[in-house]
Amino acid sequence: MSLMGTFENYQAPTSVSDQQRPNQYIGSPVQRTEDNALLQGLGQYVDDLKLEGVLHACVLRSPHAHAKIQSIDIRHASSMPGVVKIYLYDDLPPSAKKRLPVLVPNPAIKQIMTQEVLASKEVLCVGDPVAFVVALERCLAEDACDAIEVEYEVLPAVANCLNALEASSPTIHSEIASNMAANVKMGFGDIEQAFANATHRVRDTFWINRGSAHPMETRGYAARFDPATGDLCVWSSGQTPHLEKKNLIDVLAWHPEKLRVIINDVGGGFGPKVMFYPEEALVAHAAHDLVRPVKWIEDRREHFYTATQERDQWWDMELALTAEGKILGLKLIMTHDNGAYLPWGIIMPYIGVTTTPGPYVIPCIDVDLRVVYTNKNATSPVRGAGRPQAVFAMERIMDKVAHTLGLDRARIREINFVKPEQMPYNNGFIYRDGKPMVYDTGDYPKCQAMALELARYDDFPSRQKAARQEGRYIGIGFANFVEGTGLGPFEGATVRVQQDGRVTVLTAACPQGQGHKTIFAQICADQLGVPMSMIDVITADTSTISMGIGTFASRITATAGNSVFLAGQSVRNKVLALGAFLLQVSVDDLVLHDGVCFVKSNPSHSKTFAELARVSQGMPGFSFPPGVTNGLEDTQYFSPSQSTYCNGTAVAEVELDVDTGQIKIIRYCMSHDSGNLINPLLVDGQIQGSIAHGIGNATLEWMRYDEQAQPISTNFAEYLLPMSTDVPNAQLVHLSSPTYLNPLGVKGAGEGGTIPAAAAIVSAIENALSGTDLFLREAPLTPPRLFEILYDSGFFKSRQL
Amino acid sequence: MQEEIQIHLSVNGKAHDCKVSTRKSLADFLRQDLKLTGTHVGCEHGVCGACTVLVNHQTARSCLMLAVQADQCEITTVEGLTNEDHTLSVLQQAFKESHALQCGFCTPGMLTTLTELLSENLNPSEDQVREAITGNLCRCTGYQPIIKAGLLAAERLRALDNPARALAPQSSQGQS
Repeated sequence: MSLMGTFENYQAPTSVSDQQRPNQYIGSPVQRTEDNALLQGLGQYVDDLKLEGVLHACVLRSPHAHAKIQSIDIRHASSMPGVVKIYLYDDLPPSAKKRLPVLVPNPAIKQIMTQEVLASKEVLCVGDPVAFVVALERCLAEDACDAIEVEYEVLPAVANCLNALEASSPTIHSEIASNMAANVKMGFGDIEQAFANATHRVRDTFWINRGSAHPMETRGYAARFDPATGDLCVWSSGQTPHLEKKNLIDVLAWHPEKLRVIINDVGGGFGPKVMFYPEEALVAHAAHDLVRPVKWIEDRREHFYTATQERDQWWDMELALTAEGKILGLKLIMTHDNGAYLPWGIIMPYIGVTTTPGPYVIPCIDVDLRVVYTNKNATSPVRGAGRPQAVFAMERIMDKVAHTLGLDRARIREINFVKPEQMPYNNGFIYRDGKPMVYDTGDYPKCQAMALELARYDDFPSRQKAARQEGRYIGIGFANFVEGTGLGPFEGATVRVQQDGRVTVLTAACPQGQGHKTIFAQICADQLGVPMSMIDVITADTSTISMGIGTFASRITATAGNSVFLAGQSVRNKVLALGAFLLQVSVDDLVLHDGVCFVKSNPSHSKTFAELARVSQGMPGFSFPPGVTNGLEDTQYFSPSQSTYCNGTAVAEVELDVDTGQIKIIRYCMSHDSGNLINPLLVDGQIQGSIAHGIGNATLEWMRYDEQAQPISTNFAEYLLPMSTDVPNAQLVHLSSPTYLNPLGVKGAGEGGTIPAAAAIVSAIENALSGTDLFLREAPLTPPRLFEILYDSGFFKSRQL
Repeated sequence: MQEEIQIHLSVNGKAHDCKVSTRKSLADFLRQDLKLTGTHVGCEHGVCGACTVLVNHQTARSCLMLAVQADQCEITTVEGLTNEDHTLSVLQQAFKESHALQCGFCTPGMLTTLTELLSENLNPSEDQVREAITGNLCRCTGYQPIIKAGLLAAERLRALDNPARALAPQSSQGQS
């Protein structure tokens, strides 16, 4: 094929109308470019890589929540068939003997505890890695793991974070004085005065267990060392290629220019894959040490033990209100079961408490956040990142206020909304990005009204009455949320026109199903006037772009998307400048269409992108004319000045079988505002999917431990994920309040479905029981738990009467 | 040491004679020995359904089945559901148009499961499609687009002369 192949049959357009196609793709429900390979079984997930001579690894893990290692005997295991090497703590290089770094430090953290790559002498939770076995096959590595003999001295374990702060409690580690990892006291306004002025005070305590993310693909890593070049290449099923690289550089004491992290297809992430885990360091170290590719793939049980979770939080909320129901102030004590390590600092509980005010004006807030160590697996953000708990606590207390004051649940919220004319609105907190929480755009009253209208909230009482007469318990509930998205500091992108005329977009953004490649191609194509089929998008390879953060926190379209936009604009200008010089016309006379730059009045007078790219690459010794620079490429690191705040309202209608505690979601409506939409098909997909995750949180997913901090829900029979019959077809309606904080006017959309779901569904369940005094304070409400609550409340006794 | 047994089976219409370890699952055999990595392993305890393949035209969890049990069987994996010219089959195309996949990890199991449904019933109701995939967990899509894709594929297949072949173009079923 000639280098000009793409344009051999090119015919210049004949009319101006089809030459100018601004935003042909942006805003359109374009089908995904990712899909063909994935649908044909040709994805390249980390376990699918065909690495010649790869060795397989298995991790021996602590069966105890807290213990000292007395001895480890690997003699028999080492001699077993196929075993190549067994690594213990003492076998690690000095740089890998330190505890892993805290990825997001915070001065409020009193005592930092992070994981060891392999335990040196004390294990702090079930699943802590003790030995790393490398063998010819996975099953042989597992056999050898079983044959390693470890003697432990079992120590008392901290299982309950509320008891963990008592003076008599054991500590999670023998060298730690207290289990309080961080105690953050924060707030604003005169809280005592607010409560002194209040007519009503409404208080309650809520418990939420959010379980874990459970992407369908577990974690996994592979690594290959090339002795010819000294390059170490690591493949991961992760979310943050550059962050993984930074950690590997530290843990392995490796030269930064000789280390590459590649993240190909990822089978879902949802937060826990953001973290840096010991196994990645072990795989990379072993690949170098053995000069053979090494792979470790987590199994599902290990995922329950070792992939980070969100788990238990207790929210003690007290609102001060005027006689009319206007909020004067909020006191909040939040206790977070952090687990044994702080890989992501205190970000998740911090996001939680700062999300509490949501769309409401709260003049003063007093927060006492207690992040507590326990001998359990570590916590870090899972889709929603602490916000579902905050929204649950806030929306539940608002429902209680409505009940106390005899107001409709919609009315109490209307009284307290931040109004559109108050935008931009500073809610008083400093957000996790270090900036004041200034809500940029949005219309919260309208958002609620649209969702309630879609759900036919107004005529629900008559429907409920009719159902009750048939003996059916149906209820409606709803919840509002505001979510900080599009976090900085940056996510960059390079746009490059190649010498064959095709366009490449390079970015460290790291998709796990979001459709980044489609979105970036849409944005880039519109800037350059090329069809999407001319664009190749390469994501999550540290060798292609020098800096990056990763895909999490609903941030990528707002950050990397805008970098693609800006770089695309810049390359457009370069194409025009070079075209104008070569065609000897002014830039204003030129049109870019389908990869050709031509003169508007004479379309046959043209240069293809391929021709221009070759010229821009330079000829030895020939200088460029003024205004023309080398290369048809540009790199931008769009850095937003602060987060942009999306919002939404979810309405759930449920039917409750009081005899079993089973809940059926009859109807689910959601209004959502994430600014401009690049691809509505994908945004709807994100929302429907994240609602499913929220339904799991509301009714099924419960990561349980016993009193010795032993995990007791460690498979998909003990820990239930929503099935197709648990998830209704959500009705969605979009508002569009574009943000002024980025050129595309976009906000995040990946978590909004999850955040209000548990609050809306539990409110609906409570509403189904209207006529009783039952107030529901917890999630998840599994059928057995709901039945238990009904039984304890005397519901069945009163029903018999 | 590991015991090995000779097995004979057909995978996506192609015959294989292999020596296989008696402890090896069918999923591992397909992925490691035949390099058919489209079949994914999500839980290894038979719940998530990502590893679902067709064994003699019926769905089976390849993580719960030993490779030696597949002796003399006809296996169809996701790779066998695609058109021989590497274009998308009717069901795959319906998935793409309906945005029925995000990360794509559960997708092979969804496709094999719906292939079984549609080979038995070309006119399923929405509830029947929903019921058919209860054994396949998806964490990304919230299932609705998958159900929509199943219904769309059924509609298009009904209009074809040889829907069985269009469903599984490279399986022995499709070729019969």
